[in-house]
Amino acid sequence: MAPTNEILLRIRGLRIEGRAGHVWNEIVHGVDLDLHKGEVLGLIGESGAGKSTIGLAAMGFTRDGCRISGGSVEFDGVDLTKSSEGYRRQLRGKRIAYVAQSAAASFNPAHKLIDQYTEMPVEHGVLTKREAEQEAVTLYRQLQLPNPEEIGFRYPHQVSGGQLQRAMTAMAMSCHPDLIIFDEPTTALDVTTQIEVLSAIRDAVAQYGTAAIYITHDLAVVAQMADRVLVLLKGDPVEEAPTREMLSHPKEDYTKSLWAVREFRTEPKPAPAPDAVPAVRVANVTAAYGPITVLRNVTFDIHTGRTVAVVGESGSGKSTTARCITGLLPPVEGLIEIEGQVMPGDYRSRTKNQLRQAQMIYQMADTALNPRQRIRDIIGRPIEFYLGLKGKKKEERIRALLDEIELEPDAYIDRLPSELSGGQKQRIGIARALAAEPSFIICDEVTSALDQLVAEGILRLLDKIQKEFNLAYMFITHDLATVRSIADEVVVMKEGLVVEQGPKEEMFTPPHHAYTDLLLSSVPEMDPDWLDHLLEERRAKGISP
Amino acid sequence: MIEFFENTWTNLTNIFNAMLEGGPITLGVFLGYTFTILLGMSVGAWIVKRALLLATSGRRRHNLGLIPVTAYFGMLTIATYIFVAVFADILAPYPETDTSGGSFEMWSAQHILGTDNRGGDMLSRLIYGARNTVGLAFVITFLAFIIGGVLGLLAATLGGFLDQAMSRVVDVLMSIPPLIFSLLLLTIFGTSVLNLILVIAILDSTRVYRLARAVSMNVVVMDFVEAARLRGEGLWWVISREILPNITAPLIAEFGLRFCFVFLTISALSFLGLGLQPPTADWGSMVKENADLINYADPTPLLPALAIALLTVAVNFVVDWMLHRSSGLKD
Amino acid sequence: MPPVLRMILQRLGLGLLTLFVVSILISVAIELLPGDLAQQILGQTATPENLAAFRKEVGLDQDPVTRYFTWLGGAIQGDFGVSMASRRPIADLIANRLYNTLFLALYAAAIAVPLAVTLGLLAALYRNSLYDRAVNVFTLGSISTPEFFVAYILILWLVHGAGLFGVLSTIPTDATFGQQIEATTLPAITLTLVVTAHMMRMTRAAIINLLASPYIEMARLKGIPRYKVILRHALPNALAPIINVIAINLAYLITGVVIVEQVFTYPGLGGLMVDSVSKQDATVVQACCLIFASVYILLNLIADVLSIVTNPRLLHPK
Repeated sequence: MAPTNEILLRIRGLRIEGRAGHVWNEIVHGVDLDLHKGEVLGLIGESGAGKSTIGLAAMGFTRDGCRISGGSVEFDGVDLTKSSEGYRRQLRGKRIAYVAQSAAASFNPAHKLIDQYTEMPVEHGVLTKREAEQEAVTLYRQLQLPNPEEIGFRYPHQVSGGQLQRAMTAMAMSCHPDLIIFDEPTTALDVTTQIEVLSAIRDAVAQYGTAAIYITHDLAVVAQMADRVLVLLKGDPVEEAPTREMLSHPKEDYTKSLWAVREFRTEPKPAPAPDAVPAVRVANVTAAYGPITVLRNVTFDIHTGRTVAVVGESGSGKSTTARCITGLLPPVEGLIEIEGQVMPGDYRSRTKNQLRQAQMIYQMADTALNPRQRIRDIIGRPIEFYLGLKGKKKEERIRALLDEIELEPDAYIDRLPSELSGGQKQRIGIARALAAEPSFIICDEVTSALDQLVAEGILRLLDKIQKEFNLAYMFITHDLATVRSIADEVVVMKEGLVVEQGPKEEMFTPPHHAYTDLLLSSVPEMDPDWLDHLLEERRAKGISP
Repeated sequence: MIEFFENTWTNLTNIFNAMLEGGPITLGVFLGYTFTILLGMSVGAWIVKRALLLATSGRRRHNLGLIPVTAYFGMLTIATYIFVAVFADILAPYPETDTSGGSFEMWSAQHILGTDNRGGDMLSRLIYGARNTVGLAFVITFLAFIIGGVLGLLAATLGGFLDQAMSRVVDVLMSIPPLIFSLLLLTIFGTSVLNLILVIAILDSTRVYRLARAVSMNVVVMDFVEAARLRGEGLWWVISREILPNITAPLIAEFGLRFCFVFLTISALSFLGLGLQPPTADWGSMVKENADLINYADPTPLLPALAIALLTVAVNFVVDWMLHRSSGLKD
Repeated sequence: MPPVLRMILQRLGLGLLTLFVVSILISVAIELLPGDLAQQILGQTATPENLAAFRKEVGLDQDPVTRYFTWLGGAIQGDFGVSMASRRPIADLIANRLYNTLFLALYAAAIAVPLAVTLGLLAALYRNSLYDRAVNVFTLGSISTPEFFVAYILILWLVHGAGLFGVLSTIPTDATFGQQIEATTLPAITLTLVVTAHMMRMTRAAIINLLASPYIEMARLKGIPRYKVILRHALPNALAPIINVIAINLAYLITGVVIVEQVFTYPGLGGLMVDSVSKQDATVVQACCLIFASVYILLNLIADVLSIVTNPRLLHPK
């Protein structure tokens, strides 16, 4: 069903405050929004943009410690900010439903899926329990859940994440609501699973003509799902336009910068000499946690000055490989060589110099920096520990490193990590690794917790440093856009095995190994028709989406 | 209904008169005094807060303003106790072991709170009790923290067999109720002050161990600890620079809670006649020694118990505030 | 074997093992007693023949390991040996008092558990209300107060003020149930007051923790009425934490019992234990200690088994 001109939801001048201790701070500063019946509106923004808060406010709901301080939320002509709690409760579930980011946490562990499904229509007097149960099977089938007749009788922990997310969408549709709020429903899923959920959600919403607000930080996802997009920045609306128009002709600078992010590419580097000694050699490594083997016969080289991206979904063994290289998990079989020298399997048996050569940058900068140490000590310690510099020389070195990561030394040297933004913390993590003067750095999902603009800054910095110090990088990531930006070579892993490896250009041009193909084709693209084409293609090839 | 209010009013007036003019100390008068003291301390806490806010400005003033009055009350009370404990010799009208009065004298000008069973001045013994009982509880808590804290940190950082072995031993020690266990151990080793300190400190250190291990575990799994280990740092650096600074807040709060627990335990043991022995002034045993008075409806023996309760409440207030502050960023 | 069953059996095994280790610990502690037991019991006037005969009688001539197993074997059948002070069988000393103590504890628990759980639940549901604040002040005051303080205040108020009960809780050996109740009420109220505060605070904390779960927010967003959110979504998941809170506090009752029995000179096991400690009657202390520890371990065991049984993740394995 196509969007109509009838307005379903009208938000005007919405202001929301959040409590910090005893003070209230405004986190949404006057947002206007119109949603027509049957229309899908994408709410897009980086973390702290207030997307989820606005989504919940559309149901007349605020979380504990938040309050609506101004404006109106009119649903079907009634202002929810002025209506009674009883009236809002009647609406929730029946006419406006919600799909949460983490279905695993949002389903009650004590009840079967079907009982949580039927609760809503029975409570709102829409259907009897029996009718609802029958309809659940229809919806489960529609959302392409396996065994639709039986899956409802399972408990949430017995069902996988992607299936739970679809079951939650089915639950949201149980009363045939006019509006569903989708709050980042695929963020926690792997790319190959994300496709299934996206297509299921889209088909179901289209078939029942339900209007939706689709909240996400992923531009490519919103391109597939939404008719219209509203871009938010720190609680302020930036730009609003139909999806195709927004993608092809963004007006505001901020929107343009979001779109531009994906275009960063490192310059191609010359291939290493055939007889060059690799900076790191992982040779036939097999590793296990207790009786469970998690890596099987993993082999690849990383040459000086080059970047190898190790790609795979969660559980593929990419982080385990890093743990083997650093010596946190001694391999059962196989060798780790750095600069042609065989490393002892356990990091405790390695010399100071061996430890210095391989450094690591972590995914979560929050937990990677000691919150009780100042920047001076965080960067200064490896300088003193490995290079033996003290006093003035150490101070000079710290300042030089801060210059290197583009942070003003005087302003930052005495700060605590809590006084930095996410991107700045990650830069400090880079400086700490550099301070050891290594030959090789492992970057473990270093950009995945960051907003896209910030992430790009980090990638550019890493590229600059690599050229300057001729470093070898091992880049662990699940994000193929990052791989395209920065990798020279790619290693694809699945279930502890290397599935395919080679130079980036080869990997991104067909033919691929079947799994690489699945992985590559599952990464959403900015083209609004991408999902349709992909599904068509897959159907033609006879694979289920 | 009206009758009820009239009765209450008469009762209150009687209590008030008795408080002003002296006379037999009844439960009502006793509670009247208690209430007056609490009210005084609360008003004092409020005044201190206002005074501090007037004397400061800017960020510091903002921070002081965030501290609830209950915490001021707690800190004021604790300060008072410390003051009394330190200057007991000057404050007390009679020496600690003086027994010059008759036994069980009424409240009078010579003995403001009357005398105890052996003719000691109740007020003086209360004041000395602050030094003995609170000091003992502090020493035990401190010792328990050293033992439990060090072992807990080591267990969390080293892991493996050491952690398993120590944790199992602690499980067993904790599977006997602590008061019962200390009764058993004190029977065997005797009830000297040193034994009392060692037995309770060791039993209490099991709880400290559990907490120290648990909070350290949360820090040990952090990436910055892994980074320090991969850098090649030794055990001492990892514990003292990486872990300890991140667990001081919960440990200090726990110190307050443990202190309360130890304080109540040694009071209970003293009350059972197994703690500090007379003539050393101790609040728990003072209640026991003078309990006979209660059979004559005289609440005087409850003064030391009140002193115990007041300090415990005060410490709890401060701990509550500290716990709230350390988790405050989340809500 | 279903995982629930396996976990329960594991937990039972662990409980038994703990009990066994604790019994060894208690026995070793007694072995550490300085001096010659027989000499201490029979006094300085005893002849060597008497001493030897006594040693044989109570098994002191055997090696510690044999003695331990003999003692343990007896203890399992309710025979704890002979009191060192009175030379009477400990079982006789204990029997009646154990009943009295259990009666007191159950009486207090019967009042405290429903009261504390209900009040704690209400405090969690009406968080930050005036009621919640009042509860917080009351419970903080109550957990900060020594048990004997509460007991004496109640005596002054209810006995001397209102003239409701007798001061001492003497129970005639052939007491009727009514008499038993009457003699036990004041100690039970004292225990209730002490334990209720702890239990309320912990129940409140457990429920508040639970109410912050995403599935509770989901239930509210489904438009489910508040009381149904609590009954259907919060309570089934709150069972395990609440059971845990109850077990911890019933265990806490054990400590309270010792003090309260002393205040009211109630003829229970706690009083016996304290008396025996002052008389250095090690064998009786040993027996009391074993009984208290067993009850404590048993309560924790029951709580753990109940949490396993009420956990849907374990009940319905993948």
